[in-house]
Amino acid sequence: MNNGICRKTTRISDYILKALIYLSAIISVGILICIIGYVAFRGIGSISWSFLSTVTSEINNTFGILGNIVNTLYIIIITLVIATPIGIGAAIYLTEYAKPGKTVRLIEFTTETLSGIPSIIYGLFGMVFFGKTLFLGTSILCGCLTLTIMVLPLIVRTTQEALRTVPEGYRTGALGMGAAKWYMIRTIILPSALPGIVTAIILSVGRIVGESAALLFTAGSGYYLPKALFSHIFKSGGTLTIQMYLSMERGEFDSAFGIAFVLVVIVLIINTLTKIITNKMKKGA
Amino acid sequence: MEKVLPILKRISKSSSSDRSIMSGKGYVSFMEQLMECVFTLCGLSAVAAVAAITIYMIISGTPAIFKVGITEMLFGTVWAPTAAEPSFGIAYIVLTSIIGTVMSIVIGVPIGLMTAVFMSEMAEKRTAAIVKPAVELLAGIPSIVYGLLGLLIINPAMGRIEKILFSNSENHVMNGGANLISAVLVLSIMILPTVINVSETSLRAVPLSVRQASLALGATKIQTIFRVTIPAAKSGIITAVVLGVGRAVGEAMAIVLVSGNTVNIPLPFNSVRFLTTGIVSEMGYASGLHRETLFTIGLVLFVFIMIINIVINFILEGGDKNE
Repeated sequence: MNNGICRKTTRISDYILKALIYLSAIISVGILICIIGYVAFRGIGSISWSFLSTVTSEINNTFGILGNIVNTLYIIIITLVIATPIGIGAAIYLTEYAKPGKTVRLIEFTTETLSGIPSIIYGLFGMVFFGKTLFLGTSILCGCLTLTIMVLPLIVRTTQEALRTVPEGYRTGALGMGAAKWYMIRTIILPSALPGIVTAIILSVGRIVGESAALLFTAGSGYYLPKALFSHIFKSGGTLTIQMYLSMERGEFDSAFGIAFVLVVIVLIINTLTKIITNKMKKGA
Repeated sequence: MEKVLPILKRISKSSSSDRSIMSGKGYVSFMEQLMECVFTLCGLSAVAAVAAITIYMIISGTPAIFKVGITEMLFGTVWAPTAAEPSFGIAYIVLTSIIGTVMSIVIGVPIGLMTAVFMSEMAEKRTAAIVKPAVELLAGIPSIVYGLLGLLIINPAMGRIEKILFSNSENHVMNGGANLISAVLVLSIMILPTVINVSETSLRAVPLSVRQASLALGATKIQTIFRVTIPAAKSGIITAVVLGVGRAVGEAMAIVLVSGNTVNIPLPFNSVRFLTTGIVSEMGYASGLHRETLFTIGLVLFVFIMIINIVINFILEGGDKNE
């Protein structure tokens, strides 16, 4: 018996597999470090005050992304204003009202499906439905409505999770004291689930900022500053990602890297914010 | 308390659907009913959205099939939509998407799974605290940024390899490294976060006692991981792979400039066009039948995605039943 307790057999396969596991982990982290490092290295040079605070001008031959930043803000705000109430409502329905059965299964299946549909399909759908059938053409509003459907599953899922962590005792307690259901949701459930809802909103902002394929044919690629606050939503407006794609296509890689750097910084901020909120939630619970 | 809770729940359920003590006044119960309606409508919005997308994709995707002919379109290999005698064969485009996805899964899944194993089984808390945020960040980086890096890092490298490999061949068209392999590499990086997150969750869900039993029988840690833990987390890992497939099939902006984007047989060093990149690059100027065909390409992509979703649903339901 060579496999006694005292004699340890060395297995070569063990070492190989162990090495592979470590290697894979190093690759995964290494790729990220390379990406961030390279983008920062190439991008930071193009960042300047005029890059961030002016609009691209053909006459002066200058490049600036202020118009795109404003468009991105427009799209984020309008999309969230529409999507958040619907998403939270759907999550409330699923966790508080619905009784398990066919309807719930159907809603959950469709929510899954929505989160699996690639953004280019949303782009096509948005172009035909919001653009043509609803006569919005290529406009910021058309892009916002398209993105609303796209971020809906994210908001529903995250809010649902937050609602589930609200202790059952809160509900029974509130109902036991005679509160009606909507009153209970409004005063007890939603405030307790607030950090989770905020996380959902922040995650959606991240998704919207990074989106490009769904916006290319719906919101278009305009880069001018709004002339009027409200009517701007009916004009074509490209976000940062769209402008980046256009710069890449034209081979203007310096400006593309500048925008990439801005995007990566935004993603970093968003991830840190989510981390902080989830940590606070854990401490609170 | 344990025993009281279910009873309380039952009471609360029956009372809420009728009327609670406070809602004797008409307006309160009206508000209650109104809000229930509103929430139900919100809940059904996802169903409505999927229905609308399905209907619109079918409506706008099918006309071209009938005009061009289904066999001619799906099995035709010549894509010349703007030629004098236009030809709309999308066989190579479909084939590219399938082969590209399979290749990126073959590269991405092992790395992703191993990283997940590292995070859930091997890493100390401190190391895991570095890897996990890194993976989350990888998931958050916009796809277009991957595209830019692929264009400026992977493409030139591939171009050099291409020059060495094909320096003597006369038939090969040099395309500066914008080829299938470059696109596959970008895709396999992009599916990493999905694969890692989902398989890590499922690995963590394997009960500790299963591992302990294996270790107590004398298996080494590595044996335990590969013979016990991974098989136990099988359904989760399969879900991870299928989700990865979905991500890879649907990605457009990251690979549109990296893949070269001309319709060719999907060989490793050929410049190729995917379903997604075909739509992105031509929708801007296409009109008439050409445009309708692009919608058909969208419909093909949509059908792929729906199949994937149904498969995932099937796996998840099967997993629930086993538990």
